[in-house]
Amino acid sequence: MEFIKPNINIDFIGRRKVAHLVSGALIVLSVLFLLFRGGPNYGVDFAGGILIQIRFTQPVTPDGIREALKPIALEDSIIQEFGEKGKFEYLIRLNRTDVELSGLSGKVEKSLDGMFGEDNVEVRRVEMVGPKIGKDLRQKALLAIFYALLLMVIYISGRFEYKWTMSIIMAACLAFGVYIISALGMSIIWLIVVAVLITIGLCWFLRLEYALGAIIALFHDVCITLGAFALTNREVTLPVVAALLTIVGYSLNDTIVVFDRIRENYRRTQSRNFAKVINQSINETLSRTLLTSATTLTVVICLFILGGGVIHDFAFALSVGIVVGTYSSIYVASPILLIWERPSWEGGAARIKRRGKGS
Amino acid sequence: MSKKLRWRGLLVLIVIAIALIYLTPSISKTLPPWWPNVLPEEKIHLGLDLKGGMHLVLEVQAQKAVETHLERTVEDIKYSLRKAKIRYRELKRSGPDRIGLTLLRDEDRKAVEGMVANSFADLAVESGSFAEREPELELVLSQKAQQHTKRMAVDQAVETIKNRIDQFGVAEPDIRPQGRDRILVQLPGIKDPKRAIDLIGKTALLEFKLVDEDNSLEEALRGNIPPGDEVLYQIKGESGSQKKIPFLVKKRAVLTGEYLTDARVQIDSRYNEPYVSLSFDSRGARLFERITGENIKKRLAIVLDDVVNSAPVIQDRITGGRAQITGRFTMEEARDLAIVLRAGALPAPVKIIEERTVGPSLGRDSIDKGLKSMIIGGLIVILFMAVYYRFAGILADLALFLNIIFIAAGLALFSATLTLPGIAGIILIIGMAIDANVLVFERIREELRLGKTPRAAVDGGYSKALVTILDANITTLIAALVLFQFGTGPVKGFAVTLSIGIVASLFTAVFITRLIFDYLIIERGMKKISI
Repeated sequence: MEFIKPNINIDFIGRRKVAHLVSGALIVLSVLFLLFRGGPNYGVDFAGGILIQIRFTQPVTPDGIREALKPIALEDSIIQEFGEKGKFEYLIRLNRTDVELSGLSGKVEKSLDGMFGEDNVEVRRVEMVGPKIGKDLRQKALLAIFYALLLMVIYISGRFEYKWTMSIIMAACLAFGVYIISALGMSIIWLIVVAVLITIGLCWFLRLEYALGAIIALFHDVCITLGAFALTNREVTLPVVAALLTIVGYSLNDTIVVFDRIRENYRRTQSRNFAKVINQSINETLSRTLLTSATTLTVVICLFILGGGVIHDFAFALSVGIVVGTYSSIYVASPILLIWERPSWEGGAARIKRRGKGS
Repeated sequence: MSKKLRWRGLLVLIVIAIALIYLTPSISKTLPPWWPNVLPEEKIHLGLDLKGGMHLVLEVQAQKAVETHLERTVEDIKYSLRKAKIRYRELKRSGPDRIGLTLLRDEDRKAVEGMVANSFADLAVESGSFAEREPELELVLSQKAQQHTKRMAVDQAVETIKNRIDQFGVAEPDIRPQGRDRILVQLPGIKDPKRAIDLIGKTALLEFKLVDEDNSLEEALRGNIPPGDEVLYQIKGESGSQKKIPFLVKKRAVLTGEYLTDARVQIDSRYNEPYVSLSFDSRGARLFERITGENIKKRLAIVLDDVVNSAPVIQDRITGGRAQITGRFTMEEARDLAIVLRAGALPAPVKIIEERTVGPSLGRDSIDKGLKSMIIGGLIVILFMAVYYRFAGILADLALFLNIIFIAAGLALFSATLTLPGIAGIILIIGMAIDANVLVFERIREELRLGKTPRAAVDGGYSKALVTILDANITTLIAALVLFQFGTGPVKGFAVTLSIGIVASLFTAVFITRLIFDYLIIERGMKKISI
C-alpha cells in the first residue's frame, strides 16, 4: 500500500514565497496574541498560587462555591467546570501569591465541607506553589529551553557540516554572550531572546546554513505553539514546557531526515541546481515525513481525547507542535538553505569524497 | 545457521529474558519464595500523581532558630554576669544576630570581654557608642555559628517531622532536606492531607508562662506593655464566632516542652471529652514543683505556639511532674496534639511553600485513562502498520510490542518512577518508534524499485537509513536529557520514559527487525519481501 507515489514531484520550493508568508503571518499573529494577553498565560507552577480540583456528589453552581469561599476571602478566585459534564467537578484557581498560601488548601476544604457537607466534597488535587518556588521553576524551565537549543544547534552544525570547530566557536560565543547578559542582571526571558538572536547571527556569519535552517524552524514551531496556547487561553505549566522541548526534539528529527537526504542527493548528483536538489529531497522523504507524523499525531490525539483533564494541555501542545513541526521541516527549514545560492560545504563535500564514501 | 546470525539471535533472546525477569515482580501478584534471593524484586514505582499522595516543600525559617539561640544565650550571659558580680543596665537581643549589653561602669568592659572570650566563643564583642558611663556593648554571633545553627535547625526539623509522620502512620514516607533551608516531604497514599499538613506544619512549641497580675492588662492593651511581658490570646469558640481573650504574661517561659517525656490522650470521665496528659522528666518535674510551689494562687498560662491554651490558677504545689492540656478537642485533634508534643517542637517554624496533593481516586483515574489511550492509540498504529507494510509492518508491530516491554523493564531496572507524563511519554514513543521502521521500510521500497534483490535491498535500506535514524534520535535524546536535568517530579518521569524508549526503539526497530529479515532471507531463502 502506498499513499504517496514514488515518482511524486510537488514543487515545494517554488511555492516557498507563499509558505514564508503563511509562516510569517502565523508568527506575527502568535506574537500579537501573546502581547495581547500580556505574555504567556503562566499556570500555577510558574505564576505561583493555588489550584484545587474538587468533585461534588451533587450539582453545585460556581456561585454556590463562591459563596462558600467568602468567609476565607477567596471569593474572587477563578472557578470553572473541569473534565466531563455531569461529574460535578470544578477547578478553583487563584493565580496570586499575595495571600498566605501555606495551609490554604485545608481552609478551602473546611469551608466547602461546611457548606456542602463533608461527604459530598472530595478534594481530588491540590497544587500550591509559593512565590519562591514559582520563580525557581520559571528559571529552571527557561534554562532548560536555553540549554536544549544550545546543545541541538551545536550538534547539528557539528554533525552536518563537519564544522565541529565552528560549532565550538559558536558555543563559546554564545556562552560568553549569555555570561555578559546574566552579569548585567537581565531576566532569563531576555537571555533566551538574545541567545536566539546571537545564534541566528552567528549561523549567518559563520555560514552554518543547516543550523540556521533548523533553529529558525524550531523558533517557528515553539512560537506558533505558544500562540495557539494564547489563542485558546490555555495555561503554560511544567508539563507544557516539557511538551515544548519534546516538540523541539521532534521537529528537529523531521528536519534532519530531510537535511540528510539533501546532503546525500547533492553529493550524488553534483547538481548545480541546488533548489532542484532540495525539492527532490523533500519529495523523496515526503512519504516518510507524513507517515511518521500521522502515526505520532494519532497516538497523541488519542491521549488528548481519552487521557483526561490533567494531561489535556500537554497533549494539546504536542498535537499542535507535531503539525507545525512537520510543516516547518518541509516549508521552513529546507528553503532557508537557499539563502546562499550554493552550499558552503561544497568544499567540504569534496573532502568527504576523498575520505571515501562513509555512510 | 550462520554463526553471526546465531550470535545476534542469542543476544536478542538474552535481552528479552532479562527484560522479562525485571518485569515479573511488577506484573505477577506472588513471587516464588526463592525469587528475591537470586533475582530482582524491585517493582515499577508509581509517582504520586498516579498513586495518590502528597508532595510538600517546607521552608524552615532558620533565622528564627538563630534568634531563639540568642535568646537562650541572653539567659546564660545573665547567669554568668551575676556570678561574676558585674552589674548592667540592660541585656537583651537587639537584632537578628546580636545581643545588646549596657554596663553600668566602664571598668567592667575588660571583664566582660574576657568572659565572652572564655565562655561564649561564638560571640564577638563590638563597642557601640562610646561613653564614660554606661558603655554599650554589642555581642555579635559569628557567621559560622549562625550557619551552624541554621543547618542544625533544618536537620532537627527533618528528624522531628520524620518522628511525627512515623507516629501518624504513613507507608513509605520520604522526608529529606533539600537545598539550604528546605525540606521535601512525600507521603504516598495519604488519606487525609489536611490533617497531615496540620501535623507537619505545627511548630508545637509548648511553654508555661506566668500570668502577670501585678500590671494592668487594659494598660498593656493600650500599648504600654511592661518590660519583660507580652500579650497573648486564648481563642474560644468555633470559627465564625471566635472570641479572643487577651492575657498579659511574662515573656520568659518557666517551663517548656523540652522536658516532656510523654504525652497521651486520655478521656475525661466527667464530660467524656478527650484531653492530653503530659509527663515531665525528673528535671522538668522538679522545676514544675518549684514554680507551682512559689506561685500558689497565681495563674499559669499553658501556651502552645504563642496561643494560650488555658490559664488555670495554681491551687497547690504540684509534684510528680504531670500536667494536662484540656480544651474542646475532637478525638483526632487530641491524638494529633499528643503526637506533635511527643515528637517535640520544631526548632524553628516551617512554612509550606509548595503543595501538590493528588487524591487516590484521581490517581486511579489517571492510570485508567492513560492506559486506555495507550491501548487505543497503539492498536490504531499497529493496524495501520500491518495494512500499509503488510508482513514488514507486522515485524514493526512486534518491535513496538518488545519496545514497550523494554521500557517497562527499564523503569524497574533503573528504579525510575512512572508518572502521568511518563505514560504520555510511552504513548509518544509508540508513535515515534514507528519512525525508525518507516525510514527503513521506505528505503527498502526505494531499493526494490531500483530492481535490487531482497537481500541487497534490505542491506541497502538498513545501512542508508541508520545514520538518519541515529541523528534523528539523538536530538530527541538531547531534549529528554535536558528535561531530566532541569525537570522536577512528573516531568522527570517523562524524560526517563522518553530516554529509555528512544534507546529501546533503536534496538527493537533496527536490530531486531533486521535480524528477522536476515534470518528469513539468508536461512529460509525468502525470495520476495512483503513490504
